[in-house]
Amino acid sequence: MAKHVPGVLGSFEHIDAACDAIRELKSSGHPDLTVYSAAPNHELEDAIGDPISPVRLFTLIGGVTGTTAGFSLAIWMSRDWPLLVGGKPIAAIPAFVVIGFELTILLGAISTIAAIFILSARKSLAGRPYHPRFSDDRIGVFVPCGADRAADVQQLLERHGSVEVSRDA
Amino acid sequence: MAGDTEMAVIAHDPSMPTQTHAEVTRDVVRTITEAPTRGYYILVGTMAFLTAVLLGTVTLLLKHGLGLAGYAPPIMWSVYITTFVFWVGIGHAGTLISAILFLFRSPWRTAVYRATEAMTVFAVMTAALFPIIHIGRQWIFYWLIPYPNARYLWPNFKSPLLWDVFAISTYLTVSSTFLMVGLVPDIAAVRDHVSGWRKKLYGALSLGWTGADSQWRHYTRAYLYLAALAAPLVLSVHSVVSWDFAVSIVPGWHGTIFAPYFVAGAIYSGIGMTFTLLIPLRKMLRVEHMITDYHFDNLSKLTLFTGTILFYAYAMEYFVAWYSGSTYEQTAFWRRAFGPNWWAGWAMIICNAFVSQLLWFKKIRTNLTALFVISIFINIGMWFERYVIVVSSLANDYLPNAWGQINPTWADWLVLLGSFGWFGLWFTLFYKNFPIVAIQEIKEMIPMPRKKTHGGGH
Repeated sequence: MAKHVPGVLGSFEHIDAACDAIRELKSSGHPDLTVYSAAPNHELEDAIGDPISPVRLFTLIGGVTGTTAGFSLAIWMSRDWPLLVGGKPIAAIPAFVVIGFELTILLGAISTIAAIFILSARKSLAGRPYHPRFSDDRIGVFVPCGADRAADVQQLLERHGSVEVSRDA
Repeated sequence: MAGDTEMAVIAHDPSMPTQTHAEVTRDVVRTITEAPTRGYYILVGTMAFLTAVLLGTVTLLLKHGLGLAGYAPPIMWSVYITTFVFWVGIGHAGTLISAILFLFRSPWRTAVYRATEAMTVFAVMTAALFPIIHIGRQWIFYWLIPYPNARYLWPNFKSPLLWDVFAISTYLTVSSTFLMVGLVPDIAAVRDHVSGWRKKLYGALSLGWTGADSQWRHYTRAYLYLAALAAPLVLSVHSVVSWDFAVSIVPGWHGTIFAPYFVAGAIYSGIGMTFTLLIPLRKMLRVEHMITDYHFDNLSKLTLFTGTILFYAYAMEYFVAWYSGSTYEQTAFWRRAFGPNWWAGWAMIICNAFVSQLLWFKKIRTNLTALFVISIFINIGMWFERYVIVVSSLANDYLPNAWGQINPTWADWLVLLGSFGWFGLWFTLFYKNFPIVAIQEIKEMIPMPRKKTHGGGH
């Protein structure tokens, strides 16, 4: 079983209320929030303020690897068994563009998928509370904190209009 | 008040879902948890039977060889290659709607994209069977893959057929991962609203998804890049399929117009199949309020657009044949229209070029019965298009003494029929067990309730 993370969990119905609460929590020394939502939302993203995900780096590296692999595969294999047909070059680049292109897409896509797993796993969510309504119509804000700060956090969440707050610290 | 005006605009926007977030979850989860009807079991049973027909016929082909399917010189590509191109084409509409329209930010794609994306994956799975059935010695199909082997041989990278191996396998991989990535948050929503064995099943399939900000942050970017990769991929796949023909020097195949002509035809046929599947499906699953006339109207416009490109391509093919001054090219096209297979040539022109022109009328675009009937014509027309291209050119190339006639047998027709069973079986099992309307993306379109009444935000 994952280790339980102590903290306070608030549940919001209103997007603006949730954003206000997140901003205030961030500015009052709670950087490590977990915000649950049923769909991605730009207002929430702005309030959370994380930098753009580095997924694109994975896509780029995967894509470039694919292009290189596609052309080298076709060129090397053609030269390994050189069969001259119609006086055309053994390593015929235009014909190999398709292989290079398809492998660019294939490896680019596979590394993008891998990026979701690798990057999401960097922040462990184990032990953090969750509620099924967060995949429905509520926004969840979990604030990890010790018993000493729990009361303040609870009060902050309620003041911003959290409809349900549970304390486990 | 600014907020009221904003709401009024939203109320008039037909792309906007009319439900709340909770209603979306409820309505989509219902399609899964509701007990299947008798009709559903009959449908699954029929599809399973047709799949068995496919497997049985393929077993006979393995045992007796392709002579059973009427393969004889000069027509060594016939119904199986026709059906291969047909099914690959069907897939294209799904990726167009899910990836290309995603990049264009077309709001109407959201309600229909999941169903079409699933259609894509299953259509490509069906298509991929056909080259393997067609090669004759099916048990060594893996020779197509470049791997170090005891024969010290590599496949020929200058052959469009090998390009096709790469294109189709990439397409199958990327479109199925794209479908699965889109499904994860929706499966998590289903997991949270079911109980018992379903909770366990969807719990495992949701891969620990909770909708936390740390997950969305990478997910949304990754989805964007996947769409950006899938968009050129879909255009490349049918271009490569067209080069299977166009790179040869066979009259009727050797045309530079082939790649765009095939891509437009593919999208046209795919939307045709989308109509055939979605019109009854939305009624069966009672999601008419989510997939509305508005969506069909937009899909129809896309059909009209691609159908008109086909019209142009058909006209241009005949024009170029005449203008080329090449006897062989002219003969090939003369025989398409007036040769022994004239009926197939005219079926393709009427069903594709002319029937699609009916969609200029809004009355037809919003009449689902009419659209369903048109979609059947599209399916038939597009199969015949490939039949005409594949068969008629091979039947009559340069030497009249080597001309031949196509002679499809029961083995051809049973495999074609069985392929519909194989595709249909996957699709029917999918729509009853997975969210057929994208929960998460529909919710993304619905503005979340606000505490303060004024507008603002995004």
